[in-house]
Amino acid sequence: MDLETALPGARDEEAGYAERPARMGFFTDTSVCIGCKACEVACKEWNAVPDDLTAFTGMSYDNTVGLGADSWRHVAFIEQRKPLGHQTPGVGDMDFRWLMASDVCKHCTHAACLDVCPTGSLFRTEYGTVVVQQDICNGCGYCVPACPFGVIGKRESDGLAAKCTLCYDRLQVGQEPACAKTCPTDSIQFGELDELRERAERRLERLRESGVSSARLYGHDPDDGVGGTGAFFLLLDEPEVYGLPPDPVVTTRDLPSMWRHAGAAAAALLVGLAAVAWKGRRR
Amino acid sequence: MSAGTHHGMGARTGPPTADSQTDVRMDGTSGLRHERDATPGSAGLGRVGRRPMVRGREFRSYYGLPVLNEPTWKDHDIAGYLFLGGLAGASATLAAAAELTGRPDLARAGKVGAAGALAGSLYSLIHDLGRPERFINMLRVFKVTSPMSVGTWILTAFGPQCFAAAGTAVTGWFPRLGRAATVGAGLTGTAVATYTAALISDTAVPAWHDGYREMPFLFAGSAAASAGGLGMLAAPLAEAAPARRAAVLGAAVESVAARRMERRLGHVGEPLRRSRLLRLGAALSLGGALAGQVLGGRSRAAAVAAGAALLAGSACTRFGIFHAGMESAGDPAYTVEPQRRRLARAEAERDLG
Repeated sequence: MDLETALPGARDEEAGYAERPARMGFFTDTSVCIGCKACEVACKEWNAVPDDLTAFTGMSYDNTVGLGADSWRHVAFIEQRKPLGHQTPGVGDMDFRWLMASDVCKHCTHAACLDVCPTGSLFRTEYGTVVVQQDICNGCGYCVPACPFGVIGKRESDGLAAKCTLCYDRLQVGQEPACAKTCPTDSIQFGELDELRERAERRLERLRESGVSSARLYGHDPDDGVGGTGAFFLLLDEPEVYGLPPDPVVTTRDLPSMWRHAGAAAAALLVGLAAVAWKGRRR
Repeated sequence: MSAGTHHGMGARTGPPTADSQTDVRMDGTSGLRHERDATPGSAGLGRVGRRPMVRGREFRSYYGLPVLNEPTWKDHDIAGYLFLGGLAGASATLAAAAELTGRPDLARAGKVGAAGALAGSLYSLIHDLGRPERFINMLRVFKVTSPMSVGTWILTAFGPQCFAAAGTAVTGWFPRLGRAATVGAGLTGTAVATYTAALISDTAVPAWHDGYREMPFLFAGSAAASAGGLGMLAAPLAEAAPARRAAVLGAAVESVAARRMERRLGHVGEPLRRSRLLRLGAALSLGGALAGQVLGGRSRAAAVAAGAALLAGSACTRFGIFHAGMESAGDPAYTVEPQRRRLARAEAERDLG
């Protein structure tokens, strides 16, 4: 059973649009993120995402904690006692670097949330992005544990799943998403995915040449476990340091095997219960 | 708040570069300005001779927070459904087998039990929705990529037959229709009892996903054991022999599948191996099955006690699996470490090849 052909729309290329715009995405270059959180604010303002501030966490400047139904952009802050490239931190004799990164829905090529959605509420747009239809979602919550990145969440107030739409409404009128529009350092860059990937390769090369050997791209590879992400990143440390999975795999990759095992178990159950009744039958 | 710049830790402005970058924005504004193309860390001399050359390969995370978002499923709803759905499905199958082998009382007990468990299942499933009134939206698509969608259609096929079988068995009306519904519910019941394994395995939750090979057999065994328990409880001793055998077979399969899963999963299997509910579930199931087989044919009281133990055991097992999964999702180690090992393996294979 080939799940990708069984379900048109599960995969970007087969989403059924006769003529569609180029696949759009984000390239988030964390090396120039200054942690201003303007992206978080712009996202909340434009998309009317409810307030979710709960407490002072003590995790550097991060009180947003992570992505969820009410946080579609999340700026991570990591303080490390190691240098960044050749930089002199200027804090006494101590090595120090401060990593900041604005996280967002990855808009996966193989999106588990979309695959497992039982109502068809989650769908693939003409831009190759993944969006929840709020009027279809019934709040089953299956997409939440399906996401290998911990992006999508279920909102308490209305019981519906919610996440980044890559500003679907703005894209349709030729505007870039609110977070990219507001980012003061162009850490968040929006555009055609192919072009962003080329740009990211050039940027990576330049950073490495200037001595930032820890720079790496994340989510740019179409051969990874989710088929590459529509929103990808340039990181300065390993993905897990930013709360990202180092090698995410779409859970539905194993679903054909899961169905085979479930089918075998169902057959075994039928045979087993027939057998226990067959002995000592009365007619 | 612009934390980085205040502390002098932010991007240093590098020299303008020649490789002008094209703009790919949709709103037609000009390209990235040169001064934005900063290369932090490129200026300065850095300190010499203090770099650790080899860093230990230990597990790292973002403030110990989980990578995955916590599943929103409530245990009394979803773990409860895993138990009740298994009970409903396997009871319907056992009832059909009993009817076809001339055991009307065991068949009736199974049909009524299945209908009751199914009613509880439907209540739990709808109750767990964020918008219960939109339950019907499940019926607007059929998606083989979504075990919940497939399960919805399995229940849609099973439900009417299960209720019809119970209704006709209790009232005695429409015996032919009742027979057809009994057989139909018996066949579809096996799918009801096992698809739930694919349902929880088709997630990024480490213990649920990685256990997908054994999970359907564990669930099928647990379902058979609970159906056997229900048959022992509700059917006369003379007809309950298949129920007693189903309990022994089910408990054995459940135990073997659970042990295999716990061993094969290695590190990710820790929450399963730690689970007291799973230990209790296994003890109740095996104890109930054994007691039922040895004493349940002679003593009504023993049959009732064994049946109750089997039902409780199956419920404990399902809640145990549910909570072990939640625990594995809540600890970033179970997400990050297996993925790191996978990457290291792939790298080693590349180096060799």
